[in-house]
Amino acid sequence: MSNPTDFNPVRWLMRNPIWGFVLIVFIFFSLVSDHFFDYRNFQNILVQTSTIGLIALGMTLVMINGNIDLSVGAILALAAAFAVDVQSWAMFATWGNWQILPAVCLALLVGIVLGALNGFIVWKTGVDAFIVTLGAMLGIRGLVFVYTGEQSFYAMNFAYSDFSALSVGPLPVLAIIFLLCTLAVHWVLSRTAHGRNTYAVGGNREAAVNAGIRVGPHMMVNFMIIGFLAALSGVLLSTQMGAATPNLGRDYELWVITAVVLGGTKLTGGKGDIIGTFGGVLAIGILRNGMNLMQVPAFYVYVILGSILIAVLFLDKRFNRTADGGLRL
Amino acid sequence: MTRLKAGGPAIAKQGILVAFIVFMIAFSLMSDRFLSLDNFMSVFRQAAIIGVMALGVTIVVIGGNLDLSVGSMLSFATVLVVDLHDKIGPELAIPVMVLATLCLGAINGFLIGILRLNSLIVTLGMLSAIQGLVLIYSGGQNVDIADQSGTWFAIFGRGAMFGIATPIIIFGTMALVFHIIMTTMPFGRKVYAVGGNPTASVFSGIPRSRVVFTTYLISALCVAVAAMILGSRVMGSQNNVGQGYELQVLAAVILGGTSLLGGAGSILKTVLGVLMLAFIQNGLILMGQPYYTQWLVTWVVIIVAVWLDVAAKRGRLFSPIA
Amino acid sequence: MTDTPQQPALRLQGIVKTFPGVRALDGVDFEVMPGEVHALLGENGAGKSTLMKVLAGMYQPDEGQIMIAERPVRMTTPIEAKAQGVVLIHQELSLVPEMSAAENIYLGELPLKSLGRVDWTTLFDRSNAILKRLNCKFRGEVTVANLSIANQQMVEIARALTVDARVVVFDEPTASLTDSEKVVLFDIINDLKARGVGIVYISHRMDEIFTLSDRITVLRDGAYRGTLTTADTNEDEVTRLMIGRSLDLSRDVNPPKLGDTVLEVRGLSCAPLFENVSFAVRAGEVLGFYGLVGAGRTEIAETLFGLRSPDSGEILVDGAPVQISSPQSAISLGISLVPENRKEQGLVLQMSCRDNITLPQVQDLTSGPFVSSGAEMEIYEQYREKLEIKSPSWRQTVGVLSGGNQQKIVIGKWLSMKPRVLIVDEPTRGIDVGSKSEIHNLLRELAAQGYAVIVISSEMPEVLRVSDRIVAMYHGRIMREFSADDVTEDSLVQAISGIRAENAA
Repeated sequence: MSNPTDFNPVRWLMRNPIWGFVLIVFIFFSLVSDHFFDYRNFQNILVQTSTIGLIALGMTLVMINGNIDLSVGAILALAAAFAVDVQSWAMFATWGNWQILPAVCLALLVGIVLGALNGFIVWKTGVDAFIVTLGAMLGIRGLVFVYTGEQSFYAMNFAYSDFSALSVGPLPVLAIIFLLCTLAVHWVLSRTAHGRNTYAVGGNREAAVNAGIRVGPHMMVNFMIIGFLAALSGVLLSTQMGAATPNLGRDYELWVITAVVLGGTKLTGGKGDIIGTFGGVLAIGILRNGMNLMQVPAFYVYVILGSILIAVLFLDKRFNRTADGGLRL
Repeated sequence: MTRLKAGGPAIAKQGILVAFIVFMIAFSLMSDRFLSLDNFMSVFRQAAIIGVMALGVTIVVIGGNLDLSVGSMLSFATVLVVDLHDKIGPELAIPVMVLATLCLGAINGFLIGILRLNSLIVTLGMLSAIQGLVLIYSGGQNVDIADQSGTWFAIFGRGAMFGIATPIIIFGTMALVFHIIMTTMPFGRKVYAVGGNPTASVFSGIPRSRVVFTTYLISALCVAVAAMILGSRVMGSQNNVGQGYELQVLAAVILGGTSLLGGAGSILKTVLGVLMLAFIQNGLILMGQPYYTQWLVTWVVIIVAVWLDVAAKRGRLFSPIA
Repeated sequence: MTDTPQQPALRLQGIVKTFPGVRALDGVDFEVMPGEVHALLGENGAGKSTLMKVLAGMYQPDEGQIMIAERPVRMTTPIEAKAQGVVLIHQELSLVPEMSAAENIYLGELPLKSLGRVDWTTLFDRSNAILKRLNCKFRGEVTVANLSIANQQMVEIARALTVDARVVVFDEPTASLTDSEKVVLFDIINDLKARGVGIVYISHRMDEIFTLSDRITVLRDGAYRGTLTTADTNEDEVTRLMIGRSLDLSRDVNPPKLGDTVLEVRGLSCAPLFENVSFAVRAGEVLGFYGLVGAGRTEIAETLFGLRSPDSGEILVDGAPVQISSPQSAISLGISLVPENRKEQGLVLQMSCRDNITLPQVQDLTSGPFVSSGAEMEIYEQYREKLEIKSPSWRQTVGVLSGGNQQKIVIGKWLSMKPRVLIVDEPTRGIDVGSKSEIHNLLRELAAQGYAVIVISSEMPEVLRVSDRIVAMYHGRIMREFSADDVTEDSLVQAISGIRAENAA
């Protein structure tokens, strides 16, 4: 919506501080590591971040709505298990490589249905999304363990695990899918009525209701989108591993929320965008990758990320303290 | 009319008790091994670690905040106490661990109570940061105690008094003490007030920051106690042993009817929530169901329990939003 | 006017609306003609806002009829009301801060292209056309969060113009506007009027009403009190209708037994909220603070209670200068505050009556480490009796009590602390008429018992009734101090409108 002619990079960075951070860590690792500034490494970063990144796109919508989804890690695991398992079902035995298609479709459908279920419960019961998806997180994870019998599934069709190694031109397929989804969700959020209403529902729910926006179904659609993206993320992750383990995606909900909050989306709803979320995802990706290249143990990444998350919150509070009107409460 | 109004939610608040009884009866009918003292004791012992942590989290939640860092904190405390056990002996290892855990609680309390940052995100950040600390401290290795049979440290997880396992005694005592604090002491009253209406509390001269700070210290203390039980039972620790505990603990607290909005909840109901989850787990296993079926049942139970609570408050079953 | 051949654009007949414990609207009649500005006037709690919400489809009336162009209609949602051509400009802005002005103007009905895409060109063209008609200097592309309050209000008004409105309701539209912004607003209203739109204008500012309106309807205590033609009436008559002579303005005439000065304030400033404020209050008297909302009265009270730090000035208790850095220190100095917003600041709604009353002293009501239930019950019983609090039991959560009883609990809470100074901010906001006079009598009684009482109020009869002296405030400054004997309604109105009387201090 901003007029491209008066694009001001300084002001843009002020509005999207996470990209300033991305820039800094990018320059930092380029200087200190010989292996970082390398085209192949950039490909790696995109592929590595795609898993969390895809879910973060959906989480942005859900959080702008003023909701949250803690069940994404479990949905990811269930979808991955379906995708790997279904292709070896006897009924598809004669399908050749085509057996992958129904498996992937079913996995994605599972994600959409579980998202719809979360959304429907939030809509109809009025129970806070935090609680609804906390329950779903446990329940769906339980479903994964029961379905897999606590075993890992391995993809028998090598075409499936080869998929993740494919490239179109200079870009790996996984990176392309992630970038396309990013563009698509950005387009939905910034260009469509559904996307614009997302801000209204989270920013001023009463105004949205008074304006005739159907808040319940609207929220449900966003839960379906995040369910789909979590499932897609699970499918892609299982192609990378050639397998699905029952513990896949554990704690991902926490990583995803971290990325989204770093990107400037408010937990209270009404504020945030995909540009910020993409920055948050990249920040985490570059940090992990760069520290890995410098052979810093992965442990430090946790400490640094946790500290950054809290620091962002602190700075945000410092600079946006208007709500209390100077009253000492 | 006021009677009716007061009566409605009162019944709903007992929903957890009703559900608990229904589950107990159902399990008793379906498995003849369920209803026995031995089985109950084993369930209580299993529940003690989550239970002790849930007591602390209940107080934090009544105060109007969340604590998602208790899982990592449990990893931290357990690894620390187990590791130090062989290095400086249990007499020193325990106080050092307790102190270190309280420091983490104090950081939470400072950021949330004093600086007034959002508790969900702060404790999410702490979850990650503390997990990193544990990994750095342990170098990514798991730790264990060399002389597992000779140490008196075994008493916390493996010991018994008067024929009752120590974890049960610890959990029971703490639950009782916390219940008394929350229901009969000034501090408890202040926590309910601050969680119920932070602004009105300040307007009534309640030191809001200090109260919230203290709730996080209590939560950390509970984690330290849970770590003693866990470390002593296992005599070792994986460096991510507490992973996922935060949400299971929260599930028990929510099941106990403590509102995430703050200001309402009870320690005894949390105990009920903890026991209910433990009995569901136990009953399903006795019935020959796979272990993780309990999580599926938990899913349904949590949502139905909270739904009924919410429905009773608004006076209609379904949400009015279109 | 009433016998013009035109039919009313909107007519309400015998509207009744009750809430638990309050009859908010009691058979109200109201009509607005096309091209007329009809002012709706009344004090806080007179039922203006409720009537408006009925008009806008946000509340359903229990009885009575709404007619548009003499046809009865049912409006169950704001959307239906809007479809009927009735649009409400909210007092509290109902905008989405992170969306553009244009999107807010067309919220819920964004123009679309295929695939659910927003048709930005149409959206911006249309909304910019409307904004231009309103002489706005900003464009529809701007994010609402970046607009001033006045401009945000323009967006609200623009929203009303997207439909072919028959009736536009303005609810206290000038509350946050500067004088020059007001001029723009009045132009818009006159423009709408010229197009034949019926305007309902709600305000309690007399000057505006007399400049703008054609007719004035007055509500008091939820009831219709009459409609006047603006040209044939004057402020005095309207005020009389609004306040009502039936209300007992007499106070107990025995002169107060004044004690020593308990609290004195010298040159207290907290820019930009209030500046150079000085006053003193003695034991046994009621000092009234009168002024419009935003005049700085509440902020002074908050400063005295340790919730704000003043920039400069002195506070003296019993003649000795004191530092009040927190509510705790205020309480220990014997200063208590019954806050303006009972539900948000005064009470923990899900706590029992007893626990709310004893909350500030719960730390001290102990035997050993435990809260002494006996001591608590004693205090509760004492103040329940003294203040005649009607509650079925001490266990009752305060959230379900009536406003009057809730307010008594807050007052009881502070009386039980045995304060020297009791500051009461808007003592009867949202309280029904019967309980109002009860609270008023209570405040007088407390003064007679030797408390120094400060009452902050936006309701003139209330201030006149309870105060021994009255401080009139305007824009953060004390304009004038009156004693109960020499105060008149006119001089008070002048003082709070910023007109300095000749003999002002």
